[in-house]
Amino acid sequence: MSTTAVDAPAAPGSSAPRGPQRTKSWRATIGLGVVALLSLLVFGLGTPTGVETTFRVATSTDFIQLPSLTVPAKAAAVTLSLLALALVGFVAYRANQYRKVGIWLPIVFGMAVMGALLTWAGADRSGTTIQLTGLLTSALFLSVPLVFGSLAGTLCERSGIINIAIEGQLLAGAFLAALIASMVGNAYVGLIAAPIAGALVGWLLAVFSTKYWVNQIVVGVVLNLLVLGLTSFFFSTLMSDNPELNQPLNMPDIAIPLLSGIPVIGPVLFDQNLLVYIMYAAVVVIQIMLFRSRWGLRVRAVGEHPKAADTVGIKVNRTRVRNTVLGGAVAGLGGAFFTVASGLAFGKDMSAGKGYIALAAMILGRWSPKGALAAALLFGFADALQQQLGIIGSDIPSQFLLMTPYLATIFAVAGLVGHSRPPAAEGTPYKK
Amino acid sequence: MKLELREITKRFGDFTANDAISITVESGTVHALLGENGAGKSTLMNVLFGLYDADGGEILLDDEQVTFAGPGDAMAAGIGMVHQHFMLVPVFTVAENVMLGHEQVKGPAKLLDVDAAREKVRELSERFGFDIDPDALVENLSVGAQQRVEIIKALSRDAEVLILDEPTAVLTPQETDELLEIVRQLRDSGTAVVLITHKLREVKAVADTITVIRRGKVVGTAEPSASQEELASLMVGRDVSMTVTKGDAEVGGVMLEVMDLTVVDEDTQVTVLDTVSLDVRRGEILAVAGVQGNGQTELAEALLGVIKADSGSALLDGEELLGRSIRDNLDAGIGFVPEDRTEDGVVSAFTVANNLILDLYGHAPYSRRGAIDPKAVANHADEQVERFDVRTTSIESLTGALSGGNQQKVVLARELARDLKLLIASQPTRGLDVGSIEFVHKRIIEERDKGVAVLIVSSELDEVYALADRIAVMYHGRIVDIVEPDTDRDTLGLMMAGAHGAEEEAA
Repeated sequence: MSTTAVDAPAAPGSSAPRGPQRTKSWRATIGLGVVALLSLLVFGLGTPTGVETTFRVATSTDFIQLPSLTVPAKAAAVTLSLLALALVGFVAYRANQYRKVGIWLPIVFGMAVMGALLTWAGADRSGTTIQLTGLLTSALFLSVPLVFGSLAGTLCERSGIINIAIEGQLLAGAFLAALIASMVGNAYVGLIAAPIAGALVGWLLAVFSTKYWVNQIVVGVVLNLLVLGLTSFFFSTLMSDNPELNQPLNMPDIAIPLLSGIPVIGPVLFDQNLLVYIMYAAVVVIQIMLFRSRWGLRVRAVGEHPKAADTVGIKVNRTRVRNTVLGGAVAGLGGAFFTVASGLAFGKDMSAGKGYIALAAMILGRWSPKGALAAALLFGFADALQQQLGIIGSDIPSQFLLMTPYLATIFAVAGLVGHSRPPAAEGTPYKK
Repeated sequence: MKLELREITKRFGDFTANDAISITVESGTVHALLGENGAGKSTLMNVLFGLYDADGGEILLDDEQVTFAGPGDAMAAGIGMVHQHFMLVPVFTVAENVMLGHEQVKGPAKLLDVDAAREKVRELSERFGFDIDPDALVENLSVGAQQRVEIIKALSRDAEVLILDEPTAVLTPQETDELLEIVRQLRDSGTAVVLITHKLREVKAVADTITVIRRGKVVGTAEPSASQEELASLMVGRDVSMTVTKGDAEVGGVMLEVMDLTVVDEDTQVTVLDTVSLDVRRGEILAVAGVQGNGQTELAEALLGVIKADSGSALLDGEELLGRSIRDNLDAGIGFVPEDRTEDGVVSAFTVANNLILDLYGHAPYSRRGAIDPKAVANHADEQVERFDVRTTSIESLTGALSGGNQQKVVLARELARDLKLLIASQPTRGLDVGSIEFVHKRIIEERDKGVAVLIVSSELDEVYALADRIAVMYHGRIVDIVEPDTDRDTLGLMMAGAHGAEEEAA
């Protein structure tokens, strides 16, 4: 007969974390490593020796005129690629210790590879220079609809509603901004009209998702098609019959005193139009509200575990409707970018898929406003780069250049994000 | 505070879940609501908590009638509830969960005052000796600790009536004892505690008053001094035997031999089964005990082939099971009763007859030349329904319409219809009433006596004791030890919490 002796009882139910067994993740190392090696092979070693690349870092109107920067092309491209490889080494070192790297690394890495690319593209083109400031300015500007779109997505999804209708909200905002601004004759009025249009689309999404429990992705896609159809219809009837209802109105850039005088970043960040400044404010305000306010805590609770929120007296569906309408308004405001903020009249399908890229930016930014900003800037940069390379006439076929933003999207989402965790209750209607 | 429910009635369509139920709970007492699953206990509490609207009756607090439009009202009135499925946001910290819904804000920007919430958690945690870190993420806490967070959450809202809905379903025996101690502390500090449960042991341990509910009606009240048999027969409505008689096992040779079975979860990369080795012999029941989520589910599923094993081997009568298709493993003589009957056990939208041939449809006589023979299917169904006493209006009824116990009988009937070498049953009696438990246990023992090797996975110690010829305890994906069935509850409880049990010669 034997008895069972028990040694060292682990205090049952102690609050010590159970700590899942950790495994090393080499995904980031491999992904970034491949990019860095390609950069070294193509941009670094592919650049002919003995030629130079000139970067212009100032515009003619700048307060402080910086001289143009001319570098030996091959040396610069190789150095930048080696810097990228060194960063990969650092990632590998941290992965080996089960640690992750900060957000600064992908940014520095991206800048190094992009720098190598630009050096390569601009090499041996006497008379052609790389307009660095211009590139960054257009990158920021092109990212405006993406930032607003992904902020909208973040607001909706944090409360548990999937917003595929960002595309439609952007387009509706662009349309109404152009229409109302043209009627009044003032571009700024468009900034008031745009969020109203977006909010309406958001409201439809909210009602179908919370009241009728329709699949949110289906509703979103249908709303996109509905907005596309409606705006195209009014464009070819109302607007083409009355051209005064669809005028290109301009919204001037406002240079902020002192700040806009800072070399390089001054003109990039602080000599933009009102919509860009609203975007800065929106990112900061939504970031703080979502993570540090009572409203934000409740919204996130509703998106993660609606029943838990309900049992402490939070109205789940009301929160969701409000957030989706608010998100729609934010996306609608972003839609104003296409018309009044760009000085253009409305055109059919102007948003051209930007809403979907905004959705990817939201995922890449892990459902947080500051992440959305960073991701949107990355995509905006890819877009601007494509335009710049087109202008300087690089050896890459233009079709490939047009793909750049989308390739950046796919690589960014698949490679860098990996397994990210969306709000748990996303897309699930709340039924009592 | 005195809480009184008068004549509460709640209907769902034709079904009356609560039929004029009246109970009174005094402060400083523990009131147990005893009843089987589906008796209407949780419905009653959801009515009280404002989650459901009652169709009749009234709620009185200190003799004043109140109405609750939602949980917020109930909480404001001083009623707190710890739900069976925790109402905690996993990605929030303890402090965030505790403050959710009644957040304090500070400063001109009205930002969350997290410090105040932390302080509250620390204060309550110290008062009851909970040892909860306010900044820990809830998803990293053990189930027992999560439950304590729920209690803190209710107390932080100054709850004077605390409802605990099946609080011990997910706890180890030691955690259960700790919880019962907390309940006593709460009672002594003047809280009125309502304990909803179907476990007689707990009721007898802490209750001051017992109300027994059956089929939505109060069928009686009892003193805690009443015997378990008395309480059980009140609960079920007839005499039940609490233990299934079981002869000695006639153990044969080894039928299933598992060696170093390892499974890594594909999504999370967590090792859910870590070099598990065990064997089950013919005519023996090996029960795998453990708190839910310690790898038992994965063990059962890996053996059948539902999830992929990363290394190790599992021999059934000398044949390797791993890496083969589920179909091959079923045909090799495995019967499998899955843990989640409604998800994995039956197709709710299929008829009883069709559910009974889910694994046999491809064989004669049920299908001939590629077409199902309805007559053979019906005959088979009639036979099985008779043999397993499935209470259904017809074999053409939808399986989803049956009660849990009858659905489980359908699963058992299907799995036991083949000639088995090994029966794997996960949580075979979860959610069943006492009568059905008795039936299922008898059938499992019959299989054993026919010489089948039986592997039972259960997180209910009562079930483990009722069935096991040997007990394997799992913790964090490992087998802590395999012990004899006469091992006492405390020792098993410690092993379930990860303490290593070592065989030692008695002095």
